Amino acid sequence: MTTIALEQDTRRAARPAPAPIPLSRIAAVELRKSFNTRSGFWLMASIGIAAVVATGAVVLLAPNDQLTYDTFGAAIGVPLSIILPVVAILSVTSEWSQRSGLTTFTLVPHRSRIVLAKGIVAVGIGVASMVVALAIGALGNIVGSAIAGVPTVWDDGFGFLSGVVLFNVLGMLVGFMLGLLIRNSAGAIVAYFVYSFVLPTLAMLLADSQQWFKDLQPWVDVTYTQSTLTEGSLSAEQWANLGVTHLVWLIIPLIVGIRLVLRSEVK
Amino acid sequence: MGESAHHLGVDPERPQGEVLGVTSARSLMCGGPRTRDAGYMIKVESLTKTYGAFTAVDDVTFTALPGRVTGFLGPNGAGKSTSMRIMVGLTPASSGYAEVSGRRFADLPNPGLEVGVLLDASAQHAGRTGREILMVSQMMMGLPASRVDEMLDLVSLTPTESARRVRNYSLGMRQRLGIATALLGDPEVLILDEPANGLDPAGIRWMRDLLRGYADKGGTVLLSSHLLHEIEVIADDLVVIGNGKIVAQGTKAELLRAAGTLVRTPNVQDLANALTASGVAFQPSHATGSADALRVDAEPELVGKVAHLAGVPLAELRAAEGAGLEEMFLELTADTQRDGAAA
Repeated sequence: MTTIALEQDTRRAARPAPAPIPLSRIAAVELRKSFNTRSGFWLMASIGIAAVVATGAVVLLAPNDQLTYDTFGAAIGVPLSIILPVVAILSVTSEWSQRSGLTTFTLVPHRSRIVLAKGIVAVGIGVASMVVALAIGALGNIVGSAIAGVPTVWDDGFGFLSGVVLFNVLGMLVGFMLGLLIRNSAGAIVAYFVYSFVLPTLAMLLADSQQWFKDLQPWVDVTYTQSTLTEGSLSAEQWANLGVTHLVWLIIPLIVGIRLVLRSEVK
Repeated sequence: MGESAHHLGVDPERPQGEVLGVTSARSLMCGGPRTRDAGYMIKVESLTKTYGAFTAVDDVTFTALPGRVTGFLGPNGAGKSTSMRIMVGLTPASSGYAEVSGRRFADLPNPGLEVGVLLDASAQHAGRTGREILMVSQMMMGLPASRVDEMLDLVSLTPTESARRVRNYSLGMRQRLGIATALLGDPEVLILDEPANGLDPAGIRWMRDLLRGYADKGGTVLLSSHLLHEIEVIADDLVVIGNGKIVAQGTKAELLRAAGTLVRTPNVQDLANALTASGVAFQPSHATGSADALRVDAEPELVGKVAHLAGVPLAELRAAEGAGLEEMFLELTADTQRDGAAA
């Protein structure tokens, strides 16, 4: 019995239960994790670099009559629509491909909170990147038109610009969804390119040859409805098209992906 | 194993096993004092994990106590890592449950402050610096930034080393970083999977002293290893697992004592008959590397007396001290055939 008493003496006094980790802190940590690897840093830097290069190319190469804000916006949008989804994909898949999830999910065992925080960070990075990129484009428009000696043309309204931001945020969420669903960096990036470049091409070919598919396309082709966001203001039916296609191609697979992440084994 | 084993209670102070070895060690431990369970910090209850037809963890039950280092011992593939992953909520259990600090791991509000976990030192983003990895955990736990430097000092990672990316780390450096991460939140419980892997002898010594000091201050340590000797030097309690099942558990002292007596004689058959007649359990032992030895489930004094009365000359008579544990462990290892297949 003496040994028992001794062992109990060595126990520490019971500690008060610590406060739960707030979601804001998880999001702040996830934001830091997007920048603090070498690949993450350069991926984020490439957003700014791509915007500057695209703007510079327009200033140097575009004919004077096309030196309008719309041209700058379009030139910047293309590289960002590729980079941003990759940022979202890697924020999820690196936990598995780099196996850092072992630490992440032991520090925060409720995986849904990590997923939510990563989603918030992805959308935040998407919006912030677009704002910065469009500001760089605006600067390019002012400088470019001054160099060319033509009037500065602001032909894009707020509605159109928010459509472009929404287009990119949706693209990021598609990447995020594929990351959750596939949980492998290379696989999810390949899937994203199939999703946004191969499937739309096939859909276009099909629509050209089959009238029934052409009629149906606004209700089934997600990249088709996304592209309407970059073509000016949407009609009510186009919003409905956007909603329906994203329900099928984004929301439902996103729910499946989240369930898989919550249940899967982290090794 | 042709000789029949008897258990007629030669020594009333000790519970008698059926045949010395696995079953006897287990029954001995179950009869041991379990009153300390009230203070356990880790409790694993009937834990089972199946993958299709394969059972990786099979009805595993044990506890780990504060102030003690509990060694989780078993050959590769025995189910140690799977059990540990279940304990920290990374793998869902098929049935049974595990509790840490009296709660399911997922119910801990800020687990890093209560349980330090190191499951795989290489499971880190290779492109992050060592310091950044600690910073990320420190931020998540809500600790002051100074804690990162304290931990780097504690595990002897220099500022230059901590500024390097983890892809350039040796396994030993990764283990040190992993230990630093586990200790960051000053937890009451440590769960470490093979933490000595990749450490040099000085590093192993350092780790041993660190964990000993941690347990002496009242901390609870559960550490796994596939090396008996590594765990023998540090653990107070042992849980031995093979093919997903617990084959023995108890204090190290109990398990080592359980081995009984090793006796060597040219007249093995005569001694066997004499022991059988006296009702003492025994079995052939290969601990000496030859066929003339028996491992007897009794004190050396009694074995000597039996041999003397039977007129059997002895070549060697000593307490087996862990030989039973080692043989049991070798048996487990042989069953899994991993080392054999590699040779």
